[in-house]
Amino acid sequence: MFEQTTTKRETMTTNSTLFQRTKVRVTDTVQATVPVDRVIQSVALTLKAKRLAGMMKALRFEERPIPDPADVPLEEIDVSNPFMNRQGQWYPYFARLREEAPVHYQPKSPFGPFWSVTRYADIQAVDSNAEVFSAEPYIVLGPPPFNAEMFIAMDPPKHDVQRRAVQGVVAPKNLKEMESLIRERVQDVLDNLPTDRPFDWVERVSKEITGRMLATLLDFPFEERHKLTYWSDTISGSADATGGTTHQDELFPAAVDLARNFTALWHDKAARRAAGEPDGFDLITLMQTSEDTKDLIKKPFEFLGNLTLLIVGGNDTTRNSMSGGVLALNRFPDEFEKLKADPKLIPNMVSEIIRWQTPLAYMRRVAKKDVHFGGQFIRKGDVVLMWYASGNRDERKFENADDFIIDRKNARNHMSFGFGVHRCMGNRLAEMQLRILWEELLERFDRIDVIGEPGYVQSNFVKGYSDMQVQLTPKPAREQTPVRVEATSGA
Amino acid sequence: MGTITFVEHDGTPHQVELEDGSSLMELATNHGVPGIDGDCGGEASCGTCHVIVDDAWITTTGTRTDLESQMVEMSPECGPNSRLACQLRASPALDGLTVHLPEFQM
Ligand code: HEM
Ligand code: FES
Repeated sequence: MFEQTTTKRETMTTNSTLFQRTKVRVTDTVQATVPVDRVIQSVALTLKAKRLAGMMKALRFEERPIPDPADVPLEEIDVSNPFMNRQGQWYPYFARLREEAPVHYQPKSPFGPFWSVTRYADIQAVDSNAEVFSAEPYIVLGPPPFNAEMFIAMDPPKHDVQRRAVQGVVAPKNLKEMESLIRERVQDVLDNLPTDRPFDWVERVSKEITGRMLATLLDFPFEERHKLTYWSDTISGSADATGGTTHQDELFPAAVDLARNFTALWHDKAARRAAGEPDGFDLITLMQTSEDTKDLIKKPFEFLGNLTLLIVGGNDTTRNSMSGGVLALNRFPDEFEKLKADPKLIPNMVSEIIRWQTPLAYMRRVAKKDVHFGGQFIRKGDVVLMWYASGNRDERKFENADDFIIDRKNARNHMSFGFGVHRCMGNRLAEMQLRILWEELLERFDRIDVIGEPGYVQSNFVKGYSDMQVQLTPKPAREQTPVRVEATSGA
Repeated sequence: MGTITFVEHDGTPHQVELEDGSSLMELATNHGVPGIDGDCGGEASCGTCHVIVDDAWITTTGTRTDLESQMVEMSPECGPNSRLACQLRASPALDGLTVHLPEFQM
């Protein structure tokens, strides 16, 4: 039987009543529902059996130096190599593809054959055409570790129904409610950073703030927030799916743990609401109070799919934008001066950071019928990758596209959030999170210096950083800043 | 050629000169009307130029196309007169048109 769950919760470091809780014991009355972890375990066993029988080959990647694009025949170019970003080769390769083969075919990558679409306008056309280009069955290049039901990989009309059921949690109206809590949590992180020595920005800032944000969104026990980060990293780091470093055997325990915890989260919330706790603004409350989703727990794959999508979708993306922004301002120091002179540029800079970084390099589609596209003949069933990372550097759309320009006029036109029905559901949350981070950073620090080179994640999908040493220089004490003096004398 | 009025969610009106051939999204963004983003540049693929046409005008503008529905119907503020401003072309026939902005764009 599915075990009984006890979740310990403690009062948080915030004075919001929503998060002031004492221990809640869950006396779970809904245990008759499907034991989700069992389902996942059985999938794992099937896959393992298949692999032992030689029916599936698990991928492993070894890093070798990647030659310059000019030295590789066009038809051999394989931009799915998970070391492209680390070796700084993606942009030169994409530049060549955009010029010489904007719709390019790679017949024999480790992940199988695929098309690459690399120009801005072409990517937008594919992304906006769900009738010809299907997001099913998955949106990464290789098969994901397990088939959770996620609407990011569903076509309309099923997609629309599922998205509508949960999007309220990241809708701007709800974000307004969460903003002050998110800000407090950012302030707390920044106030505890060392200023007398370099530290790892990825670990201490990007991962930490993102973990806190996701915990806020799900009302997940705050002190266990690192689990969210761990699950998400493990899932999106799958070698077979994205060329990452996690392998099937590590994936399944994580998936089972996730399933068990999220199921408990649901029942725990139900128990607390039944005991009279006022409703919060989190996803589970939202689901339990909406007619369409109040029994979602009875459809465990859909329930888990939605939650997993939120943590995986919101994790690497936001994290790497937080690190990427710091790196960009170090690579283009004049822009930092511009920013300090005019903090009102923050919102536009946030869009420019997301363009420059492009945290997710591509989304995958499958042609539903034969189609002529960009001078090529794409056959029904062919895999098509829309390389946002390339489209965002397309000079046809962005002048001096490789430069980071915080007051770039059309920064908002970046394609990092995709276009069409799957356009990122968390875009406003991501923007808000980054805006708050930069507002709070400018309050506190004069310099944010990257020391040495950052480490880059091994992946053909997540464009991000594994570590980045940063040295902070605090602003002179606040009382001494002219802004404050003027404000006081004017009052 | 005349003017049209964008009314912000809080009731603030913005009157803008019609320019033949421009879309209403372009008119709004070029004149700094707050509340219209136009992130996809007018391709009906971002849903950030959502406007709600005044009842009196809906027969003149027409109701939304299927292409627009795909995007705009995902907004919780979508109503029967919801349109994407990038899919509405300025023309003399629209002189005097009033459209309302939703509280939030997607
Ligand atoms: C800078 C940060 C982010 C970036 C660059 C990003 C990028 C993307 C991209 C490229 C897509 C697919 C678009 C397409 O197929 O056309 C997407 C979809 C999605 N994202 Fe994000 N994302 C970010 C932050 C977030 C956050 C914070 C959340 C939630 C907490 C989130 C949740 C989702 C969901 C649920 C979808 C699926 C939408 C659908 O299929 O309708 N994302 N995101
Ligand atoms: S500008 Fe993107 S939908 Fe109108």
